[in-house]
Amino acid sequence: MTEHAIPIEIRRRRKRYKELLRALLYISPAAIIILVFRVLPIIAAFGVSFYYVIMGKIVGFAGLSQYLMLLSDSEFWNALRNTSYFVVGTVPVSLFVSLFIAVLLNQKIKALSIYRTIYFLPVVTSLVAVAIVWKWIFHPRLGLFNSFLESIGFNHLMWLEEPRGVFAMLAARMGIELPTWMAGPSLALVAIIITNLWRGIGYNIVIFLAGLQNIPNEYYEAARIDGANRFQTFWKITWPLISPTTFYVVIMTTIVSFQVFTLVYLMTGTPVGGPLGTTKVLVYYIFEKGFESGGDMGYASCVALVLFVIVLGLTLIQRRLIERRVHYY
Amino acid sequence: MRLLRRIPIHVLLTIGAITMVLPFIWMVSTSLKTPQETFIPPDFFHLRPTWIPEKVIFSNYVEAWNEVPFPRYFLNTVFIAICTVSGVLITSCLAAYAFARFDFPGREPLFVFFLSMMIVPQAVYLVPSFIILSKLGWVDTYLALIVPWLAQIFSIFLLRQQFRTIPNDYYDAALIDGCSRMGFLWRILVPLSKPTLVTIGLFSLLGSWNTFIWPLIMTNSDKLRPIQVGLSYFAQEQGTEYGLMMAAATFCVAPIVIIYFIAQKQVIESYARSGIKG
Repeated sequence: MTEHAIPIEIRRRRKRYKELLRALLYISPAAIIILVFRVLPIIAAFGVSFYYVIMGKIVGFAGLSQYLMLLSDSEFWNALRNTSYFVVGTVPVSLFVSLFIAVLLNQKIKALSIYRTIYFLPVVTSLVAVAIVWKWIFHPRLGLFNSFLESIGFNHLMWLEEPRGVFAMLAARMGIELPTWMAGPSLALVAIIITNLWRGIGYNIVIFLAGLQNIPNEYYEAARIDGANRFQTFWKITWPLISPTTFYVVIMTTIVSFQVFTLVYLMTGTPVGGPLGTTKVLVYYIFEKGFESGGDMGYASCVALVLFVIVLGLTLIQRRLIERRVHYY
Repeated sequence: MRLLRRIPIHVLLTIGAITMVLPFIWMVSTSLKTPQETFIPPDFFHLRPTWIPEKVIFSNYVEAWNEVPFPRYFLNTVFIAICTVSGVLITSCLAAYAFARFDFPGREPLFVFFLSMMIVPQAVYLVPSFIILSKLGWVDTYLALIVPWLAQIFSIFLLRQQFRTIPNDYYDAALIDGCSRMGFLWRILVPLSKPTLVTIGLFSLLGSWNTFIWPLIMTNSDKLRPIQVGLSYFAQEQGTEYGLMMAAATFCVAPIVIIYFIAQKQVIESYARSGIKG
């Protein structure tokens, strides 16, 4: 039978079939890796969390019992609280400082590219080196930070070795004693937050700058003609028009902050997460449970999935909350 | 007048810039100090000996470089980076091409499914990945450090966006002129997408240079250690040898910083572009 004799329907179907095969062939190198090293592990994480898995070996079915164990695991709640402090300490400050600097840089500054290059430098630097250098900067006796504080008239502090909460420390100076639950993040955790802010602010500045440069200049000209001052211009024009970028920055900073690990792992210790467990964060707890102390991988997966649910939930909530107030233009 | 109004802005920006740079200067300055000098409490507003050592020495670099096999760590990282970057570029081009140009059932759902994988935190797949890699017998091999990173969803996404900006007429015209589909990808799409490919290559390079937690978990032996893991073990073993630590940190950071200064425009533009939601 020759080609011509085949009905057009079948020829068309054959062509589509061929097209699908071809597409799959092109996609397959990426798809196989994504399926084996992304999709499969995520499915497996759920599976593993229902079993007792020690060092990669299943030793028994756990059902939901490991999740129930989480509820009464004070170390888990401590890690969750520390991680929340870390996120709450990072996101607003990073947002405010980076937007402020981006707005300054957007004033048709001559040396814009020099400033931008410098602010962005820490972003490309490895976290391992950042952690090592900042641990040295926060050294109680030989560190740069205390030297700076002392020369401008402040007391020197123990930083990474200080387990007391910062609110409690502040209150204590005024002679007030706060209850434990109000003590706040330890000064050690605050030191890690400062390091993280220093490292990440350049990224947010660059994202904000890109957003600011998308705002049409006519709006600013109109505002100037109407006699608006700088604050009015910012609140009436820049802030609403930049809101999609703000939305992105807040979500990304939150998600990334929830996954802090390297700074804690290398700046604190021994044991890691110290002093007194006040810097132990979720990802480090997952690492510790799953790979360090006995390799309780089932339990580590439970904690990891809680982290996943938190990140997913926050993304959805933020999307709902902020999207209503976001202006798209 | 205009210039005068600008002064406060520049003052603020300069203070910020100094804050960004000082830790680097402190790192290099410490790396040039003798052990005795590192034990003198610094005085922030004194140039000497805080910022400029009384006695400049370079032996910390030599000592740190030779104390643990840093050359080996560098070679490991360079090898892993070359494999990863070229692998990512190839797999991304192929997949993005199919997602952008081919018409096949299930294209959009499959793409959205891949994209949704991006919100999963790395911590979630750390444990199961370790189990999968040990079942494959890949734990503590180069394969574990390279193969899982040979495809990146975000790169496919960026490249698909880019490929879609190239008019369909090019495609039709090329096929009529007898160009094969594969030929169209390599001869027309790829040359037209250089900035995006540079972005993907840079991200992939920075990623494999700076990666830490993955190789920390997936390897044990000293021979396989990439640079960051090597640096972290080295720092943890030093105790109070701050000069050595800072010297090691300096030469581990230097290559990327140099690349960054050479290609800073491309790097920053790449990040800026990655933040714009598609």
